[in-house]
Amino acid sequence: MPFIPTTDAERNEMLGAIGAASLEELFGDIPQRLRVKKLDLPEGLSELEAGEALDSLADLNQTAKKMDWFLGAGAYYSYIPAVVPALASRGEFLTAYTPYQPEVSQGTLQAIFEYQSMAAKLLGMSVVNASHYDGATALAEAVLMAWKAREGRNKVLLPADLHPEYADVIATYCTSFEIEFARYEGDPARAPIDERTAAIIIAYPGFSGEVWPIGPAAAIAHERGALCVVHTDPVMCAILASPGSQGADIVTAEGQSLGNPLNFGGPYLGMMGTTDALVRKMPGRIVGETKDKEGRRGFVLTLSTREQHIRREKAVSNICSNQGLSMLQTCIHLATLGAAGLREVAKQSYDKAHYAASRIADLSGYRVKSARFFREFLVQTPKPAVDIVRALGAKGIMPGLALSRYFSDRPNELLVCVTEMNTKDQIDRLVAALKEASR
Amino acid sequence: MNAINMRDEPLVYELSRAGRVGCSLPKADVPSFELPADLARADLDLPELDELTVVRHFTRLSQKNYSIDTEFYPLGSCTMKYNPKINEAAAANPGWKYLHPLAEEAQAQGALKLMFKLQRSLCEIGGFEAASLQPAAGAHGELSGVLMIRAALVDKGERDRRKMLIPDSAHGTNPASCTMAGFSTQTIPSGPDGNIDMAALRAALDDSVAGIMITNPNTLGLFERNIVEICDLVHRAGGYVYGDGANMNALTGVFKPGSSGIDVMHFNLHKTFSTPHGGGGPGAGMVAAGAALAPYLPGPIASEDAGKYRLAMPAKSIGRVKSFYGNFGVLVRAYTYLLMTGADGLRRVAENAVLNANYLKAKLSDVYPVPHARRCMHEFVARGNIAEGVHTLDIAKRLIDYGFHPPTVYFPLIVQEALMIEPTETESKETLDLFIEAMRSIAAEAGSQPELLHEAPHRAPVARLDEVMAARCPILCYRG
Amino acid sequence: MAIDASARYLESHEYAKPAGSDMLIGISDHAQAELGDVVFVELPSVGKELAKGSTFGTIESVKAASDLYMPISGKIVEVNEAVKGDPSLVNKDCYGQGWLIRVSPSNSAEFSSLLDAKAYGKAIGEE
Repeated sequence: MPFIPTTDAERNEMLGAIGAASLEELFGDIPQRLRVKKLDLPEGLSELEAGEALDSLADLNQTAKKMDWFLGAGAYYSYIPAVVPALASRGEFLTAYTPYQPEVSQGTLQAIFEYQSMAAKLLGMSVVNASHYDGATALAEAVLMAWKAREGRNKVLLPADLHPEYADVIATYCTSFEIEFARYEGDPARAPIDERTAAIIIAYPGFSGEVWPIGPAAAIAHERGALCVVHTDPVMCAILASPGSQGADIVTAEGQSLGNPLNFGGPYLGMMGTTDALVRKMPGRIVGETKDKEGRRGFVLTLSTREQHIRREKAVSNICSNQGLSMLQTCIHLATLGAAGLREVAKQSYDKAHYAASRIADLSGYRVKSARFFREFLVQTPKPAVDIVRALGAKGIMPGLALSRYFSDRPNELLVCVTEMNTKDQIDRLVAALKEASR
Repeated sequence: MNAINMRDEPLVYELSRAGRVGCSLPKADVPSFELPADLARADLDLPELDELTVVRHFTRLSQKNYSIDTEFYPLGSCTMKYNPKINEAAAANPGWKYLHPLAEEAQAQGALKLMFKLQRSLCEIGGFEAASLQPAAGAHGELSGVLMIRAALVDKGERDRRKMLIPDSAHGTNPASCTMAGFSTQTIPSGPDGNIDMAALRAALDDSVAGIMITNPNTLGLFERNIVEICDLVHRAGGYVYGDGANMNALTGVFKPGSSGIDVMHFNLHKTFSTPHGGGGPGAGMVAAGAALAPYLPGPIASEDAGKYRLAMPAKSIGRVKSFYGNFGVLVRAYTYLLMTGADGLRRVAENAVLNANYLKAKLSDVYPVPHARRCMHEFVARGNIAEGVHTLDIAKRLIDYGFHPPTVYFPLIVQEALMIEPTETESKETLDLFIEAMRSIAAEAGSQPELLHEAPHRAPVARLDEVMAARCPILCYRG
Repeated sequence: MAIDASARYLESHEYAKPAGSDMLIGISDHAQAELGDVVFVELPSVGKELAKGSTFGTIESVKAASDLYMPISGKIVEVNEAVKGDPSLVNKDCYGQGWLIRVSPSNSAEFSSLLDAKAYGKAIGEE
């Protein structure tokens, strides 16, 4: 057994020290009749065999790397510089645990503080936590946080144009609470915010890619005593005004496309930030700067009294872990790209998406439905989108998400995503294939 | 002595120099389009670093950490076993890294097959009917399980069962998860044998009870000897039993929690199943259920039909608890570990985990009192207040000077000055002996030179930090 | 442990101390010592009416957080802003500058039903 170093001789010695005759004796508290005879599982494989078994499974998958990939919808095929996995996979980061003993966890703690700092600037908020499980759970917890912060108000306004999986997660998290949800269409500034509203949730951009300004809606919300919660695309925040700068009280985002691979849906990164006024109501770990008794700067987990290990049933949330390594990858990614690099990535995505949209708009039978967008836009198709996806799949192109996968009443809509990974040639091939498929 | 990096390391913002660039991108090959004037962002305050500075900075930061790869890390309840490198190699395959969650099912057969096989393996290990890999962490699995219980009760027309019973030794996430699911909690005390007090349990069971949340072995490292009777009593009273699987490392291949009557349980794949802790995550908190609660599992989950693998929502699912299917990258690692360990290996994991914990207990309990005289399982709880004016915190900080990560401190709450020690099965006897020696030295110092403990750690990048100041005047991001 | 003789106490360590026609509410010396360095106090808004026994806020140290309970019923007429800015006042001078809220009592009989200094002293001596 490769990972158990103890020899039989050592085992006997240890049993002697314990005063037990056998290993069996150590399990004396477990009723005999409930002991497992043998697990119905195969015997263990060697490292060589296990590695090959996993690789064979991996080879069955058709990935974004092997096709011209134009599908986003909550997970993005983005460039990750080589330094990110190289540094994050260091054993001292990978195999450390939660930094409860700060003197021997300054590496992890300082990295979290640096992530919090960069994310705060990106999102335009005063404070960002050390991350949540993913964008959807971060948003669900933000909804609960805003609702609890506005005692006496039961209404929460959700955009119709919200990722359907995110709407599902919010519903699951809010199952036990008497919250009245109402959906609004289009511009959040026209949403019915009244004195019963605890919060308006804004998707910036929406699921369809549509971008609405936040400022007017935030002003109306505040005037009427409600909070403004914004879910955003963190890459978009590099070149478009941050939610914080437009008046958001709580901001969430999916950080996957900042340094985390697609990995079939996880682990991803829930980004969450808020204002100084609301920080003690925000869930999740937070790192703060302090000094040791010799005056040296150091970092610690702080504001812990919000959390489950102290407040237990009165905790702000039950969350215990964060997405440590995913957060570290995002931290290294942001430090590596820097201001100029991230703005370049964002602008290239924007330009490539707009180039693609302008060429698709020229195709007869197709109509681009998004007025203002970042890197995803909605296209009306002349035939069911699933048929177009199938036809293009045969040519090695994934043109986007057929909306009928989530909405059966929207068969002729395709959500197209273009990132810095797509070349002009790929986009031109996509356009040609779309034209071909419409015949 | 361990070579921890003692030098102060500046922040990325302090290392930043205007105009430095860390990464290269291809030139833009399409025309430039104007940004919307009302929303264009003028500038972005992120640091500007060259690649070498990034590499040195994060390498040096990493060297300030204690980690399993460098030190013995006996954190009770966390199962800090060796994280095999083959897990990392397997997970790095481009067939996993570049697979989009919304790829067509036909394009993701490798991934779906892995999920299906992992679900089935974990059900076999735990004694359950069905499983969902969607929860991203233990607490997330707990929330799922408690919501499942709630949904089942609502289905039976028993909404008024709003109370969960929780032993006083429970991890804080247990009551916190109950609150998030709309339950109130009632604490059940532990008896002098360290197990749930059965008389107190019986007295608490009425028709307002939705169920009980149990950890077995419990957080004292003791097997709940009455587990079958506990499940039976709760079922008869109309409730369900939730199992917190954090301590599964004591049981793999020896005992199946499902066989004792547990209705729904979460497993921490980052504990028992060797996936790396990553400085605080990502983990995976798979949740499994018996026949009664299986229809309520969060989803979608993987299913198999004539050799083809698909995603499907369980019939009465509580819904999604996160986007997509779970922390898939973590699942790849857990599956690799399971393939290597196998049926017999799993049994030996539990046997050696329990052996190692009992060995440490036998060699330390004369100097660090253990409140319960019973055999422990994979971990045990001792007291650290072994001399006048000396507290558990002092023992913990002094261990750092000896090159060990401290055990878990001040948990569970029912033991004053608790020190929870879990060695795991991947540690050698000589490592355990070195730890014993260090702990015994510290015990001697506690009597004769307590100031060594009070001032510890002496050999770390920082001394004890002012946590009061950090909480009173929070500085939560760079302000320069 | 200091016990202010002019105040009366709850077993959960909150005190009510007459100040003109109002009452000042805070936590006892025993409570602040048990909590450790206070890092944050959450207090209600002025104008709120609360009943005896209901929660009026929370007080936090690094390692613990406690709910604060009203020893008497009444209307909050003032909140100690100084304590919000400098929570250490609770540790340094819990009966003086470390007061938490000023209440206009709605039921004058409630004060006498609280533990007097001697009875409170006994209660914590026994703990």
